[in-house]
Amino acid sequence: MEFNESFILGCSAIGAGLAVIAGIGPGVGQGIAAGYGASAVGRNPGAKGDIMSTMLLGQAVAETTGLYGLLIAMLLLFVKPLI
Amino acid sequence: MYEGLMLTSQNDVDFMIHGLFSYNFFGQELWITTSHVYLLIVVISLIIFFIVGGLVFRKADKIPGTFQNILEIIVEFLDGIVKGSMGRNGDGFRNYIGVLFIFILFSNISGLFGLRPPTADYGVTLPLGIITFMLIHINQFRFNSLGSIWKDMTSPLPPWLPIWLPINIISEIAVPISLSLRLFANVLSGTVMMALVYGLLKWIAMGWPAALHAYFDLFSGAIQTYVFCMLTMTYINNAIGEREDVQEEAKA
Repeated sequence: MEFNESFILGCSAIGAGLAVIAGIGPGVGQGIAAGYGASAVGRNPGAKGDIMSTMLLGQAVAETTGLYGLLIAMLLLFVKPLI
Repeated sequence: MYEGLMLTSQNDVDFMIHGLFSYNFFGQELWITTSHVYLLIVVISLIIFFIVGGLVFRKADKIPGTFQNILEIIVEFLDGIVKGSMGRNGDGFRNYIGVLFIFILFSNISGLFGLRPPTADYGVTLPLGIITFMLIHINQFRFNSLGSIWKDMTSPLPPWLPIWLPINIISEIAVPISLSLRLFANVLSGTVMMALVYGLLKWIAMGWPAALHAYFDLFSGAIQTYVFCMLTMTYINNAIGEREDVQEEAKA
């Protein structure tokens, strides 16, 4: 069966949309990290600087998986590897 | 000037890298792209900054002026983060981490001045990740014996049973890829977002995108710079750190 170009483009767009669902995980993870960060600041306000930097570092690392999904979406939409 | 050299000058959504002119390199066609130009702009402005800073420090006062004060704050901050995360292992890495930090920060912030950030090109961030990878392994071989490296590579299982070796090698190779992809994708997502705002809203996008610039370029760029340097330091420190354990065991 022969697929034409617009069919592949449409499927790529659907695939890109599915790929950015990967953003759910980092969102939940960053929220949990921020919540625990807030409770840690509440328990020990003196260590606010250390808690902030540790939290931001962890969040930025946790963000990576979501960015991989974004990258796949970008590749599907703009580089068009399947055509 | 070539159209598409400025990020904000288009009336269409455009955030891609453009080729400026091509040249032949041993039979292969290579391109000088807009990324090269932006990288050159960033590097030249950094060189000017460093030369001016060097001139200021050549005749430094005991009571610092404004510019000297700013430079001292920057240097103290960079030395502080290196010392904080690497301890006394970090003495030899202050220069590299400082240069890395300032370079990535200026690259990310250059989106504020209408440039396409050079770090939104995977060809810029992958070399940075590879340099980190080389530093990790060169230092591992400098400060550890081959036996302890082998023990580390087969780590959850005993050294005579290297079933876990391929998985550990894959996880070592994943380090530079994940480091560079993290920086690249973060800066790229900001660039795409700004290009969408400017390209789709046209004349409505007057003034208020400054807030978006503050988030995507300043905040996100600074966080990613910090994360890249922090992870580089942590990995290098892990690669070196085992040396001290070995010495302490030898003493005890």
